[in-house]
Amino acid sequence: MSVVGPMFRMEGVSKSYGGVRALEKAGLTVEAGRVHAILGENGAGKSTLIKVIAGVVEPDEGSLILDGREVTFPSPAAANKAGIACIFQELSLIPHLSVADNISISDPPMRFGMIDQKRQRMIAEEALARAGADDVHPLAAVKDLPLSRRQMIEIAKALTRQPRILILDEATSALTAADVTKIFAVLKRLRSEGLALLYISHRMHEIAELADECTVFRNGRNVATYRAGTKTDAEVVEMMIGRGYSHIFPPKPAPVSTDKPPVIEVRSLTWYDRLKNISLAARPGEVVGLGGLDGQGQRELLLAMFGVLKGVSGEVLVDGKPVNISSPRKAKSREIGMALIPEDRKTEGLMLPMSVADNLSYAALDLFSRAGIIDRAAERAAIDAMMQLLSIRAAGTGISVGALSGGNQQKVVIAKWLMVKPRIILLNDPTRGIDVGTKQEMYQLLRRLADSGAAIIFYSTDYDELIGCCDRVVVLYDGAIKRVLEGPEITERALIASALNIATDEAASPAPGANA
Amino acid sequence: MSDWRYRIGEHKGTLIAIAIFAVMFTIYLVNHPAITSNGFSATAVANVVNTAANKGVLLALVAVAQTLVVITSGIDLSVGMIFVLCNCLASAIVVGSGWQTALGVAGVLATGLLCGAINGLIVIFGRLQPIVTTIATGAIYFGIALALRPNPDVSDKFNGDLGDAMMGRLPGGIPASIVALIVIMLVIWIPFRRSPIGRAAYAVGSSEMAAYMSGVRIGRAKFVAYTLSGLFSGLGGLYLTFTTASGAASLANGSTYTLNSIAAVVLGGVSLFGGSGSAIGAIFGAFAFRAIGDLLFDFDIEPLWQSLFQGIVLLVSVCIGAAQLVRVRNRLDLFG
Amino acid sequence: MSTGVANWATARLPRLLRRVDPAVVTAYACIVLLLLLGDLYNSSFLSPEYLLQQLKVASFLGVIATGMMIVILLGQIDLSVPWVVAVGGMMSAAATAYGPVGEALAIPFGLLCGIALGFLNGIGVAYLRIPSMIITLAINAVAQGLMVVHTGGFSPQDSASIAMRFIATGDSVLGIPNALIVWALLGAAAIFLFTRTTFGRALYAIGNRERAAYLSGVDTQRVVLFAFAISGGLSAFGGILLAGYASKAAQAMGDAYLLPSIAAVVLGGTSILGGRGSYAGTVAGVILITLLQSILSVMQMPEAGRQIIYGAVIILMMLLYGRGRRVQN
Repeated sequence: MSVVGPMFRMEGVSKSYGGVRALEKAGLTVEAGRVHAILGENGAGKSTLIKVIAGVVEPDEGSLILDGREVTFPSPAAANKAGIACIFQELSLIPHLSVADNISISDPPMRFGMIDQKRQRMIAEEALARAGADDVHPLAAVKDLPLSRRQMIEIAKALTRQPRILILDEATSALTAADVTKIFAVLKRLRSEGLALLYISHRMHEIAELADECTVFRNGRNVATYRAGTKTDAEVVEMMIGRGYSHIFPPKPAPVSTDKPPVIEVRSLTWYDRLKNISLAARPGEVVGLGGLDGQGQRELLLAMFGVLKGVSGEVLVDGKPVNISSPRKAKSREIGMALIPEDRKTEGLMLPMSVADNLSYAALDLFSRAGIIDRAAERAAIDAMMQLLSIRAAGTGISVGALSGGNQQKVVIAKWLMVKPRIILLNDPTRGIDVGTKQEMYQLLRRLADSGAAIIFYSTDYDELIGCCDRVVVLYDGAIKRVLEGPEITERALIASALNIATDEAASPAPGANA
Repeated sequence: MSDWRYRIGEHKGTLIAIAIFAVMFTIYLVNHPAITSNGFSATAVANVVNTAANKGVLLALVAVAQTLVVITSGIDLSVGMIFVLCNCLASAIVVGSGWQTALGVAGVLATGLLCGAINGLIVIFGRLQPIVTTIATGAIYFGIALALRPNPDVSDKFNGDLGDAMMGRLPGGIPASIVALIVIMLVIWIPFRRSPIGRAAYAVGSSEMAAYMSGVRIGRAKFVAYTLSGLFSGLGGLYLTFTTASGAASLANGSTYTLNSIAAVVLGGVSLFGGSGSAIGAIFGAFAFRAIGDLLFDFDIEPLWQSLFQGIVLLVSVCIGAAQLVRVRNRLDLFG
Repeated sequence: MSTGVANWATARLPRLLRRVDPAVVTAYACIVLLLLLGDLYNSSFLSPEYLLQQLKVASFLGVIATGMMIVILLGQIDLSVPWVVAVGGMMSAAATAYGPVGEALAIPFGLLCGIALGFLNGIGVAYLRIPSMIITLAINAVAQGLMVVHTGGFSPQDSASIAMRFIATGDSVLGIPNALIVWALLGAAAIFLFTRTTFGRALYAIGNRERAAYLSGVDTQRVVLFAFAISGGLSAFGGILLAGYASKAAQAMGDAYLLPSIAAVVLGGTSILGGRGSYAGTVAGVILITLLQSILSVMQMPEAGRQIIYGAVIILMMLLYGRGRRVQN
């Protein structure tokens, strides 16, 4: 297993998207026959790093060195040829085709110019067995399978190409503990055969079990590389978060007294198997945060409150009175006064080709119109006021909103909703991919809004924000509330610990094979 | 055992189309005046089946052409025009005997291929939407057809023997047209379907992004699909010439076949969004569509009501396909 | 979605002009080109009488194209135009057979029939989420069936009402054809709708990103429903005008208007995918197509050549400014 020099190296790699620096002279060393885990918060640069290695994006500067020779990967196919296989979070499986078809999609076994179905099926069965997914029928259509099976199939598919470097980008997020055990057995065997594995995950105990080396990324840089097991969880968490942060949060006021009735309350909210019996409340002036790992139901909770989901059971009360919010239109109405800043501003918050002005006035259009006819003067005045209030930087309101920077785009989304003067503001990870300056402006804004009487519920994947902005944080795990942290209880350790489902008391260790 | 479950699931649309056709056609036969009045004699049945087959094969071929484009998540509004063009061309060049006829047939099919290829090239390299592209190319193909046959022509030069043979019956009462259709499907569709290119076409229609990430050759897949589509429209046009021994550049006829091909495709269980369905289903969809129309003849309903009846059938079948709506849990999934 | 050529040109224009859609400018430029070409061929081409005649003929297509534009802005399509046009013409003419009351209500009745059919389209698209292409095709087939039954398969014999004939033929104001005035009024209403009403904004928003419009609290389904209803009404109105022009309806009177109406909208710079387009462009597209057809007939180009040139022109213009993006983006 000892090779002369590492198999693969990255040096001084930088990549920017718009004004945001995703990678800052990052470096990484990958050795054959070793599992290398990569840790870091969201936005630390892990995904970009992977995309560079897998040939999905090209770096602005820096070099990639494979087997001692410099290489470039202009496309995923080029990286594949070099023996690098990557499993992304957006799966590359074709929904309407069968598992067997998908596994052999790029190089099917042939007979007389047609695909040899029998051999293809055998290849699929072998690949699935190797990946520990033998409960998947090779003829099943991928779209009919749950996410966990699809992830197993992706892994099986990647393995058939006999890669030298296998990259898993949080590819086990939906797998059950049993699946994970099987996969790990496979990965360990491949490791002993010389495979190099790059593994991005938040799951500390998985990393503890599998990894040989760990690297922590923060702010696009490789902060530390160490042999697995040589650092405690607490030390790792501190490296991920770092000290000397330049986030400046506005001071938090005294906690809102509990006799003030909540303006929005949710009781026993349940939605299929994605939301389980959630109850929470927010009083006017409170900023309530939703924490936890990505995909634990936070987004669904906000969508459920906003009236987007069907089949939701439980109660929603506004000002103490039960309401039935059946659509965003209802949620926006005067009686309820709810606003949702959605998850993906490009596809859910804005109409990109339309002008800044048109986007800004869009949710509040009814306020400036009578009988469907728009009062353009009133609209114009409101738009100008909002541009001022949020200091939106744009070369005029007539240009298309797609031309603005990410931060300014998000400001437009928020401004759009502020125009309807909402009392309840839901935010779905609003500062994702936003530059630091705009983030600070947004924190100030949120506090001002709370001070003027709005109740804010705020999902963020950034622990700093949850600590700095929120009066209370509700941590979700697998669709249910894991823990509620009040005021001074909100610390990085507590947040990460409850998010990762490990006990905060370091003496207690997680039960073996605990559901990840 | 579970193998069968998956195979059935894969071909659900086709199987339903076959079932619909079987039911419709049986009702048709059982109530057909020519059969009932002749005491269900074998000859009477054979005659009726043959006529139905000859008419049905025309739409079936155009339906297959439409399927090829629809599986790549496109639509082809020029299929009817390629059909008419090849009909006119065939009436002019499928003449004489032996080699001349064979060359004529080859020329007609090559024209169909070329028309399809042009559609494909414009969609792929021009990156134009299929719907607008094929509306425009359809006009061009129709124009050419009109240039060939400004007036409908009952050509006595046309190789009538070949036409009669294709419309006749083989020993055992099986219509020659059906046999020809089966042969065509075996030689063209099946190899396509089972080849990497055919699978790539389905992949592109199912998710072009995932196909790209999996390294599928998107351009090539679309090109082959569109070209083969043209070939099938050409085969349809050739067959129309066999049936009528003439060539007519009829706009109405072309439009009707285009629209009916879409109906046949929907009835045949092919998804208009692409990625699923089979040309075999579309063939049964075409025959079922025809049978429903012919049913009115059986029950002595005036032909006047036929188009209304077919329209309502289309409407109902299309609405039924939307029943999957009920399963939506997150309303955002309704929007693209 | 403008391509290299349009981008290059746009970058070099002064700021003010940059706001004008290059597609619309191209369309108007082509109109001028065609007029010059026609003038070369026949000097009476640029005479006011001839131009006015062209505009009158364009009015019929213009009314229908307005409805089509509303639907295309949403990112949908309306293939029921052929027979909804026929329904408009035939039903309004049929009403005149019912005495003076029928005569007076002829136009509203025809409109109502069109709106009803459009409403059905709208329900299919908005609430049943059936692709517009297929539901409008089905409604077209049903409309055809209904009309065939109504006329007994023969040419319709009912004659158009006096009002119908008035708005379609005749010229009451300064020698300007009534039909053109009708189109102009409709156009003004359309421009008002697109630029000054919440409904109009919703059309663009939904065509751009229905998801975002929905999450902004707009009842997108209702907007789509009404859009199709209006389109049906306008198609029927086109049929009413046509019937008024010919003094009676005719079988398959709408067939010749489907492709041209789509082409006119698209050539005028409205994106077939929705969310983008201005009425000025549609006007240009309608005039362009009418001129094209008329020049080809003046040149005594046989129908065959006309169809070919027609199709080729559409493709060429689309390649100029209607191209899409690569998947990788």
